Amino acid sequence: MAVEKMALAKAINESLRRALETDPKVLIMGEDVGKLGGVFRVTDGLQKDFGESRVIDTPLAESGIVGTAIGLALRGYRPVVEIQFDGFVFPAYDQIVTQLAKMHARSLGKVKLPVVVRIPYGGGIGAVEHHSESPEALFAHVAGLKIVSPSNASDAYWMMQQAIQSDDPVIFFEPKRRYWDKSEVNTEAIPGPLHKARVVREGSDLTLVAYGPMVKLCQEVADAAAEEGRNLEVVDLRSVSPLDFDTVQASVEKTGRLVVVHEAPVFFGSGAEIAARITERCFYHLEAPVLRVGGYHAPYPPARLEEEYLPDLDRVLDAVDRSLAY
Amino acid sequence: MTVESTAARKPRRSPGTKTGTAGTTGTKRTTRTTGRKSAEPDLVQLLTPEGRRVKNAEYDKYVAGITPEELRGLYRDMVLTRRFDAEATALQRQGELGLWASLLGQEAAQIGSGRATREDDYVFPTYREHGVAWCRGVDPTNLLGMFRGVNNGGWDPNSNNFHLYTIVIGSQTLHATGYAMGIAKDGADSAVVAYFGDGASSQGDVNEAFNFAAVYNAPVVFFCQNNQWAISESNDKQTRVPLYQRAQGFGFPGVRVDGNDVLACLAVTRWALERARRGEGPALIEAFTYRMGAHTTSDDPTRYRHDDERQAWEAKDPILRLRRFLEASNHADEGFFAELENESEALGRRVREAVRAMPDPDRFAIFENVYADGHALVDEERARFAAYQASFADAEGV
Repeated sequence: MAVEKMALAKAINESLRRALETDPKVLIMGEDVGKLGGVFRVTDGLQKDFGESRVIDTPLAESGIVGTAIGLALRGYRPVVEIQFDGFVFPAYDQIVTQLAKMHARSLGKVKLPVVVRIPYGGGIGAVEHHSESPEALFAHVAGLKIVSPSNASDAYWMMQQAIQSDDPVIFFEPKRRYWDKSEVNTEAIPGPLHKARVVREGSDLTLVAYGPMVKLCQEVADAAAEEGRNLEVVDLRSVSPLDFDTVQASVEKTGRLVVVHEAPVFFGSGAEIAARITERCFYHLEAPVLRVGGYHAPYPPARLEEEYLPDLDRVLDAVDRSLAY
Repeated sequence: MTVESTAARKPRRSPGTKTGTAGTTGTKRTTRTTGRKSAEPDLVQLLTPEGRRVKNAEYDKYVAGITPEELRGLYRDMVLTRRFDAEATALQRQGELGLWASLLGQEAAQIGSGRATREDDYVFPTYREHGVAWCRGVDPTNLLGMFRGVNNGGWDPNSNNFHLYTIVIGSQTLHATGYAMGIAKDGADSAVVAYFGDGASSQGDVNEAFNFAAVYNAPVVFFCQNNQWAISESNDKQTRVPLYQRAQGFGFPGVRVDGNDVLACLAVTRWALERARRGEGPALIEAFTYRMGAHTTSDDPTRYRHDDERQAWEAKDPILRLRRFLEASNHADEGFFAELENESEALGRRVREAVRAMPDPDRFAIFENVYADGHALVDEERARFAAYQASFADAEGV
């Protein structure tokens, strides 16, 4: 198997399997990740093949999961922990922010914390409360963490490999509404750098920047805009921290216009950081202020309202129109 | 594995054993009887405050072979630790340290438990385990960097299997448990000691650590120094049951030990470590002791506790009782104590000089070790910071 079409969730499963096969120090930990294979089946079959000692069903305690993963990392293991849903990560927030992120620096570089925290995130699946959030900015604000989010199966496969190999803690945000989207994965490819953004569609009139679940939407927006004679460039950031401003800058210097799209609330979201930095870097190239499309400053709404809350084709096109109107 | 119940592990005292520790005055002596109503807790004690060795059927065997030299060693450890601690407090008062968290009064709990560990064991401390650090071979001057403000942890945890001090209360108990889970996976026979205090027992992380350790049967000893005070909050603000009894609900044994009795702390910790090594899982030790000083040098205990409580505990001093025992049993002579006094003063001097000579870190240390594999933003900000700094050099014509 070199090139195979697979769903994003399956790609992560295959990547975890490969990591378990190649490195005896890799462990999978989380609630229901073993026997059940995870509530999204991302770890399906791994406990059966690698045993309960390496694919560990944990007590239902997120802080305990991350805290013990830190201890295992100090012992030389490379734990990949699953937080079952985005809104469940906060009991572990203290361990992630206070301990996991800072321990390498506190030890003056003596200890390393190769821990991957997998978080299925984002909305669009009609879930109940606390199952649809996008908390990436809350982690990106913390030095010591790296934050990535793949948009497609191939990236999911390779970015997981790279995240596990990283000696830094990585928060791996999995776009749960794209779990079942299939695309080609070449398991023998040589992947590019983990934290490098990718121009997924070239264009000249305006730059759309997104990551994770919103990349597909932005590609659809670009298709729709093309029908109106507008040529949009789409950048898939792939990594939120570090953030590849060079690729975004190069794009905006070409197009002069930028719209950032994410599901997370706009206020203090990653779009705010991108807008500030790109304004600084591209001030004389900008034909319009950087615009953002994202969630509102309100709790994530009940499922029957989530379509009103989440960025969609029309809301992004509206922002595109506003930018082009300057 | 068979989980021993707390009841089974509760220290059994031989009839007529006297105790004078904990809770009331140091001179009060009561005979223990089953079911008696008393403010005094059940605790394991091998040395009374008067320095008299008392028998304990359960734990005597863990210190049965202890030699006079080893006893003198424990005494020396406690004296030097106290001297170091006093020096650090003085250095804070002189402005050389920003803060100090004194261990005064807790020397026996720390030296007894610390000396029970083996070189390949791993220790996860709070920020007050200066005595345990001493036992692990961490140079005391290394502990002072974070209190002076030159680093956030000045030692390599893996050099002495002594993790960095952890300030956020209780977090380290989960790290200890995870580390112990790793030991079990490796099939090694070492073990972990997780230190924490009475205040930490209220934290969710500590309770999660208890549960993870029990579920995975991890070789970790939870060593709680109950020093009676979490800054200004007394035990009754933390718990409705004696802390050692918490273990029972998690499915592992809990023991309360006289935390001012170095011999008892050594014995009980050896017991817990040995069973952990045998694959019998975690244990909780509650070392019943007293924080003789303030929480830290920023604290003022006169606002929340009476000095007569402190005076009562002074009569149970851990160093004094071992000295009485050494003298009464002729295990140490005048020469030993005089020599130790000299060594003690030399340590104080060395610490003082080392702290005063400790340089401020290079300003670029801000950007060091934020990541192991680097980060573009850190690189960019470092470069900008360097350019900013260099702009002053240009202006000054340097």
